[in-house]
Amino acid sequence: MTDSLPTGERRQLAPPLVERGALGWMRRNLFSSWVNGIITVVLVVFVGSILSSFLEWAVFTANITAETGSECHGQGACWALIIEKYRLIFFGTFPYEQQWRPLVASITLLAMLVLTSDRRMWNWRLLVIWTVGSFITFLMMFGQIHLPISLFLAIALLVGGIGMSLRKAIADTGEMNAYRFLAAIGLIGLALRIAGVLPAWSLDIEPLSYVETGLWGGIPVTLILASYGLVFAFPYGILLALGRRSDLPLIRALCVGFIELIRGVPLISLLIMASVMLPLFLPSGVTFDKFLRAQVAIILFAGAYIAEVIRGGLQSLPKGQYEAAEALGFNYVQKTALIILPQALRVVIPPLINTFLGFFKDTSLVLIIGIFDFLNTANQALVDPNWAGFPAEIYMFAALIYFIFCYSVSRYSKHLEVELNRGTRR
Amino acid sequence: MAAKAVRDLSNIPSVIEMRAVNKWFGQFHVLSDINLDVKEGEKIVICGPSGSGKSTLIRCINRLEEHQAGDIVVDGVTLSNDVKNIEAIRREVGMVFQSFNLFPHLTILENLTLAPIWVKKMPKKDAEEIAMGLLNRVRIPEQALKYPGQLSGGQQQRVAIARALCMQPKVMLFDEPTSALDPEMVKEVLDVMIELAGEGMTMLVVTHEMGFARAVADRVIFMDFGEIVEQNEPEEFFANPRNERTKLFLSQILHH
Repeated sequence: MTDSLPTGERRQLAPPLVERGALGWMRRNLFSSWVNGIITVVLVVFVGSILSSFLEWAVFTANITAETGSECHGQGACWALIIEKYRLIFFGTFPYEQQWRPLVASITLLAMLVLTSDRRMWNWRLLVIWTVGSFITFLMMFGQIHLPISLFLAIALLVGGIGMSLRKAIADTGEMNAYRFLAAIGLIGLALRIAGVLPAWSLDIEPLSYVETGLWGGIPVTLILASYGLVFAFPYGILLALGRRSDLPLIRALCVGFIELIRGVPLISLLIMASVMLPLFLPSGVTFDKFLRAQVAIILFAGAYIAEVIRGGLQSLPKGQYEAAEALGFNYVQKTALIILPQALRVVIPPLINTFLGFFKDTSLVLIIGIFDFLNTANQALVDPNWAGFPAEIYMFAALIYFIFCYSVSRYSKHLEVELNRGTRR
Repeated sequence: MAAKAVRDLSNIPSVIEMRAVNKWFGQFHVLSDINLDVKEGEKIVICGPSGSGKSTLIRCINRLEEHQAGDIVVDGVTLSNDVKNIEAIRREVGMVFQSFNLFPHLTILENLTLAPIWVKKMPKKDAEEIAMGLLNRVRIPEQALKYPGQLSGGQQQRVAIARALCMQPKVMLFDEPTSALDPEMVKEVLDVMIELAGEGMTMLVVTHEMGFARAVADRVIFMDFGEIVEQNEPEEFFANPRNERTKLFLSQILHH
């Protein structure tokens, strides 16, 4: 007799029994054959011996109390060196008694990055976070900030202009009038300022002593160069990638030319160009801070690489997505911002993070123009003749700090991928 | 449905007029001298062998393809290179694709409301109300918060129809809407289209579903080598095809 099951239902059989528990797992995965068993044993012995001699050096015979380098010789790791030099490593040549300032700046930057990583902040809040955070960071680093009147006028013009164009159809008359008023003030004010009618007034905030960028070093320098570099390079790279796929030949040629030019030269040569050659082209009297020049060089360089990563994502989208968006009547900006980029960026999260991490570490190249980022201040700690001969400790410590940053970013990107792809099985 | 009265369309205004439209893909003459008038409320089925230019024809109407000669007038607006013109026409013309082309990163509801909110500047609440009404009409309101990847092909195509309708278009273009579907899902999509036809929507449908053509079409157009070879009301078209190429095509798709 056959079973009579309701239509559409089938008897579900349990999967076959396999050996369960730790022993079963080991037998299946580590000792499934003679050869695998031997390989397992050899590897365990090999890794174990390396690990034990490393621990012997790094922990059991390590010296953390030495007063000078000579006390350390002939023993294990000399962590005393790190304890002695950590302030130099973290903050470089920033005035010693003022080093709480780069500490506050670094914590602010980290807080900004952590807040930015939360998807609930990806709206107007992001602008607030970065405006307030940047203000604190640079107030701490410089000690004094001068905000010229033209900056306020430019912001008024920008807010007014963007509001007028983006909220045209949504805002009521009162709101639109406010935008028109802002834009008008900004425009007239800037014109008067350029004509020399308005004086060069500026808002001076001077609570602390001024520290020039030449004295900055260590963690804050790495964080500033990397995070501002990527924050500006990311939208810039998106524009380059879109421009490279534009229908307008001139824009396309400009973008292709820029990307190929930048990709064709090493970052070091770009940095040297920014620090040595750029001042030669500028009219005398006009100077840019060396730090700012390095920052701009990093933004330009990273932008070109990010553009190519994003172009890969744009090309991975089927043509039908563009056509569906067009058929619904979206204009170019809406189509790109609502349909194309959200999908393209999701696809390129892994290579994008790869590029980000690469640039985070590549900021060390600014040493070539005399800026001391974290790796380079760590290097400085080796110069002291009292503590000569412990490069392994210093570099291992620097590597650990870099690893903590990079591994967090890597975990975050994994989390972001899962979160963004929730529900969209493709 | 099959016993549909033949309507007199001569007094009704045209929604789409195509005058001597020509188009080339490189050297290939894909549309040659197309003249076509589509009256308000008219349902037209376009058939023909693959590569005959039928998809290209309807894709010219909303400028997914650009024609090189002749005039296309949609709802009184002449298609030109002016972006404002093109966007105005696209707001009035809905399109359903062979491969659905839903936006995979948005929920079904967001797929429907995105264009009304951004293109028509409709308040979100109103757009969602219209969208839920349409999802009810295509019989999948319970899928509103899922993503396209979680739906079957037939369901996705019904969502695509609802998405186009959400813009409240005057004309609907269907580019082989059932060709990519598994056989058992064809009917659910055709049912929705038949219902839509019954409500008086102007429809241009590229399809090989001859049953659908018999049931709803006011006119069947046969295209071959980029030309309109023959057009007639469905009864006459299927019973007495005049052109040899039409006869050959019909014999190939009807008798096997």
